[in-house]
Amino acid sequence: MLIALYIMLGLAFALGVLLGYSALKFKVEGDPLIARIDAILPQTQCGQCGYPGCKPYATAIAKGEADINQCPPGGDAGVHALADLLGVEYKPLNAEHGEPKPKSVAFIDESTCIGCTLCIQACPVDAILGAAKHMHTIISSECTGCELCLAPCPVDCISMEPIAETPDNWKWKYPTIPIKSIALES
Amino acid sequence: MNALVNFGKIFKFNGGVHPPENKAQSTQRPIGQLTLPERLVLPLRQHVGNIPKVAVSVGDHVLKGQLLAEAEGMVSAAIHAPTSGTITAIADAVIPHPSGLPDHCITLAPDGQDTWIAHLPIDWRNTDRKALVASLRLSGIVGLGGATFPTQVKLRADGKSVVHTLVINAAECEPYITCDDMLMRERATDIVQGIAIAQHLLGATKVLIGIEDNKPEAIRAMQQAVTGTSMEVVVVPTLYPSGDARRLVHLLLGQEIPYNKRSTEVGIQVFNVATVLALHRYFNHGEPAISRIVSMTGNVAHPQNFEVLFGTPLAHLIHAAGGVKANTTHFIMGGPMMGFNLPDTNIPITKAANCIIAATPDLFAPPPPAMPCIRCVRCADACPVSLQPQELYWFAKSDNFEKARDYKLFDCIECGACSYVCPSDIPLVQYYRYAKSEIIAADKAKEAADLARERNEARIARIEREKLERAQKHAERAQGAKTEPKQETATPASTSAGADDAKKAAIAAAIERAKQQKLQNAQATDTDTSEQTKPAADDAKKAAIAAAIERAKAQKAAAQQAGETPKNVDSVSTKVQQKIAEIDARRQTVGPAPEPVAKVQGPPPVADDAKQAAIAAAIARAKAQKAAAEAAKSESPMKSDVDNQLKSQPKKD
Repeated sequence: MLIALYIMLGLAFALGVLLGYSALKFKVEGDPLIARIDAILPQTQCGQCGYPGCKPYATAIAKGEADINQCPPGGDAGVHALADLLGVEYKPLNAEHGEPKPKSVAFIDESTCIGCTLCIQACPVDAILGAAKHMHTIISSECTGCELCLAPCPVDCISMEPIAETPDNWKWKYPTIPIKSIALES
Repeated sequence: MNALVNFGKIFKFNGGVHPPENKAQSTQRPIGQLTLPERLVLPLRQHVGNIPKVAVSVGDHVLKGQLLAEAEGMVSAAIHAPTSGTITAIADAVIPHPSGLPDHCITLAPDGQDTWIAHLPIDWRNTDRKALVASLRLSGIVGLGGATFPTQVKLRADGKSVVHTLVINAAECEPYITCDDMLMRERATDIVQGIAIAQHLLGATKVLIGIEDNKPEAIRAMQQAVTGTSMEVVVVPTLYPSGDARRLVHLLLGQEIPYNKRSTEVGIQVFNVATVLALHRYFNHGEPAISRIVSMTGNVAHPQNFEVLFGTPLAHLIHAAGGVKANTTHFIMGGPMMGFNLPDTNIPITKAANCIIAATPDLFAPPPPAMPCIRCVRCADACPVSLQPQELYWFAKSDNFEKARDYKLFDCIECGACSYVCPSDIPLVQYYRYAKSEIIAADKAKEAADLARERNEARIARIEREKLERAQKHAERAQGAKTEPKQETATPASTSAGADDAKKAAIAAAIERAKQQKLQNAQATDTDTSEQTKPAADDAKKAAIAAAIERAKAQKAAAQQAGETPKNVDSVSTKVQQKIAEIDARRQTVGPAPEPVAKVQGPPPVADDAKQAAIAAAIARAKAQKAAAEAAKSESPMKSDVDNQLKSQPKKD
């Protein structure tokens, strides 16, 4: 009887030590939920959700302050992924925050640019290269298409160019049976 | 012929199919030569890897074999002028690609002279191997079996693996295609010389040439050519897709190359028979890759193989084959199993074009509508890679891409054996290609998102850091300018203003200073402050650096006058503020002794940002000073504080 008690106590102690050690050793820094939500968000950093970037929006979702349907660049697929992750009902994108658009990159008309650096300050991912009174240009491979540089430009020299389909980014299409129109026999 | 066939050493792979061969049509005539076309269009994208860098400009006159575009990056191949002439355009044109989209091309108008550049054969037997492989970068040679992987990459020693066996792929398993067959019949000796070069470059001891048994003439020619060498011709049974590199290795050596490894990692390298011939032309004759053999077959008047300069328009090739016969609906590049439909006859012949088939509804009946999958698993029986095509089909069809990836979708070679045997006529390969495209696009998007996240975080960190630096600079400047103790209360206020907005900082600070000055003049506490600081000031004179002491003095005075926390904590992050609160609490319990100060200064409290840590430490010090001065009003802790601060000065930079 007593031996059994000792065994159980010993086990409890050993496991307690193990758990305590693991809690210290494998401590998870930060909120993993925010990171997981942030991983789903498209990282456009456009602020259309009403938060100043994807991470703040992810934090707001994790706290339950924001809804999952406020991210137009993430599209319907993004809402589905968030709904799956958080175990909530899917809801269509909230039109208040904008409509999904085809992926674009900003383009600076270099002949119009006056070199004011306002767009450089607005770019959330530092994808604009330039200096005061020198021409600016977009590093298109790093542009997220957030459109935040459009508004500050005093000479409206920035436009959004949809990404064109090239043999490089072309995708095989889903197999479909083409519908043929056949003349009806009269 | 049966005497030739020796299947004793053959190791069969799973599955495979026997589509009608249709090879006899194009082997009746020898390899034909074409006249020079009116223009040659050379797509920059003719190989796997990076697009080469254009080295000519419009209007340049180039010679045959001259470099037009040089290899860019590790995996890339050069492009050469197939004949002498003038560059007329470097612009987008339609390329042979399943998308039918235009891409960068160099257009060359031949001058009809066909003048070669100086031939520079390389004495490969007496040249360093590394130099040979490096020179291959300029050859433009890519795998001519259809994969178009740059050859110099395959020959480069990676330092890890030693290649002991060289397999020459001459199986040519796909129906209709006969270019390798004709090449072996007519140029076996040259091929063997090319194999010798590849063998030398790889240092392989064993060479196996795998040929399917439906090419008896080629087998005979090759066997004759290899007599007296260590090379061995191995005849393999005709079965599609034994021409796939991994299937051929399995057939010849019985060795399955692990799915996540390259063949070189198990000591085997595979080259197409046409590729080794290109090596021979390059090293022994100094000719870069400017042409290839193309089978022009199907519904044309005279199906035949031609030696075609890269860039030759398809229409020119069709014309040479006697033109198309009636009912031709479209053209297929590659074989009927793996090929794709060409958008029109203006497309140029590229390094990948091994066969062009003129298709008619009789030859290639449009597929009947797909019926539901009945789970008969005939596709799994036919799959040479031993995948589960029916599962992949379900996953691809339902956009369940993660599952498809788990079921090794990317090991699918898209050979089409599954679609060929499917009793429901389901276009299985199309589903796999679709799923692969989507997965690749999603991976790219994820990569881009990760990059954007990283850059955004870096930007936020930079802004935060700059803010703190500015605040610090303002504080230092403001304090450094003070000589009278009564002005010192302005410091914290101006600091917080400066931290709020950089542009307004200077103005705000000036206004604040003026206001504070006015206020203080009116205050009666003036005298107290100066009296209290006097003993401290006397002590400070003994210290080594006057500036630091002044700062300490200022902090102390400010703290005493305000009787509360210095205001410059406004500019630091919440994390740092928490830290400060913690330190404060600790100090309250410990009292005025100097030890806690040293404790705080030891390891930086915030590990992630050294500068934030330095500032936090400075704040902590200021507080310690205040606490010490208030509680004991003795000079000893004050002094030690000054010393500590001096010691920690370099930390700020």
